[in-house]
Amino acid sequence: MNQHWNWDFHGEVFLESIGQTLYMVAATLVIGGVLGLIIGVALYSTRAGSIFSNRVVFFILNFIVNLVRPIPFVILLVAVAPLTTLIVGKFIGTTAVIVPLSLAVAFGSSRIVEQNLVTIDPGVIEAARAVGAGPWRIIFTLLIPEALGPLILGYTFVFVAIIDMSAVAGAVGGGGLGNFALAYGHFKWNQEVVWISVATIVLLVQGVQFVGNTLARKALRR
Amino acid sequence: MPIIEFENVTKTFSTPAGPVAAIDGIDLSIEKGEIFGIIGYSGAGKSTLVRLVNGLERISSGRVVVDGVDISTIPESALRPVRSRIGMIFQQFNLFRSRTVAGNVAYPLRVAGWPKDKRDARVAELLHFVGLLEKAHSYPDQLSGGQKQRVGIARALATNPNILLADESTSALDPETTQDVLALLQKVNKEFGITILVITHEMDVVRRIADRVAVLDSGKVVEQGTVFDVFSNPQTPTARKFISSVLHTEPDENDLERLRGRHEGRIVTAQVSDGSRLGAVLSDAGRHGVRFELVFGGIGSLQQKSFGSLTLELIGPDAGVDEVIAELRAITEVEEVAA
Repeated sequence: MNQHWNWDFHGEVFLESIGQTLYMVAATLVIGGVLGLIIGVALYSTRAGSIFSNRVVFFILNFIVNLVRPIPFVILLVAVAPLTTLIVGKFIGTTAVIVPLSLAVAFGSSRIVEQNLVTIDPGVIEAARAVGAGPWRIIFTLLIPEALGPLILGYTFVFVAIIDMSAVAGAVGGGGLGNFALAYGHFKWNQEVVWISVATIVLLVQGVQFVGNTLARKALRR
Repeated sequence: MPIIEFENVTKTFSTPAGPVAAIDGIDLSIEKGEIFGIIGYSGAGKSTLVRLVNGLERISSGRVVVDGVDISTIPESALRPVRSRIGMIFQQFNLFRSRTVAGNVAYPLRVAGWPKDKRDARVAELLHFVGLLEKAHSYPDQLSGGQKQRVGIARALATNPNILLADESTSALDPETTQDVLALLQKVNKEFGITILVITHEMDVVRRIADRVAVLDSGKVVEQGTVFDVFSNPQTPTARKFISSVLHTEPDENDLERLRGRHEGRIVTAQVSDGSRLGAVLSDAGRHGVRFELVFGGIGSLQQKSFGSLTLELIGPDAGVDEVIAELRAITEVEEVAA
């Protein structure tokens, strides 16, 4: 058994795994992130005293978010299998795992979005209302731009969390670096493969955090 | 013809402790082109009152007519075009931090659907008017408080409103900057004929720029009239407190105690206004064997009229002092405050 990293043996699978991780993470960030933004804005704007203040809608949304969010990802993965099959046609594979990942991210990031919107000074919303801006205009031209810096940081955090969750995707044949580290490293007593996989993930996270920080600094102009 | 009219307006908020009337039966009419001050302590209902004018808060009962539109009955969506004819500035400026100075001023124009070229021209015109053209591409965080309020004023004027609501617009500014902003508001009123409703807890603001004033206390208007009438002859303790905050010319209990301890003669307070010739009477006091000493007081101005009071110690035989007091009473109001 090969106890060392061997490029000829591992290289191709390794690159493929990186590709799978990037694919899962990017697709999840887009789908789950957009859904999270929508749910987060809905949570924010239906709360008491907000622009679409609606007690019933807020209560229902809040309940659903609190219901889904605490479910451990590995259980959610299995629990939504019927839905995944409905959408993707199967519940195994790299593409299939994007469904539960996006769901988890949608509900998780909605809280981050909501928290960042809540910190906006109500005075600026009042100023926009005072010049005749309607609620939709306020959401798109004011709330999101005003909270953009913290939102970018929030989504950077989400991005890193997705990389983490995507490692579990190996359990249903999702592939990716986490799966590679387990299948070719840990289970074959090959510590070098484990560490190289981990190092790659660390580099990925560092890179993403750097880009996130840079963009947030630009948005915050400091 | 009034531009803003309140008819028996109430605004009630529901709180855990039950309904609370923030505005409790107000009748008010504000004339086109005037600067109208609403003064009151915090909690008097000023901020609620001003928000009833542009419908940011909706009234509970009564009627509010603004620029010919009864805004008490129309829905939120119909309020939006009305709001573009009413500018508003705030204590904390409430600028959009994510937009440049120019972007802030352009925002109401975007909302009102102005095309880009007209928008740009209007923004430049407004920034020139408030003296901040060179800051067009700065962000609000890079400005001083006074500059921020200038941007707020430019933004409020963007869509050529007929009315400007100023909610404690100088309360976050230092005294010198306050003067600059008040001067700018006066310029807005004079040059564009815009009616300004000034909400404040600072008597000095009302004194400097308002034509008429209403004193608000616990959601009710307790006094109203021209600034001079209300503050030269205050009828309520609230109005009296405000007047003494800028013109502390009448001795209070502590002052009187101190004066009694130092002066042996009789002490009287005489009101001073334009044309009251106290000096003529006092220079003749010697004929009654009476000397006098000025012990307290001051004379300032309200709406270009002299206003204040002087407290005098009159020393001499009682009969002579009585004569002098009688002569003073013939020309102004006199009160003997300590014998």
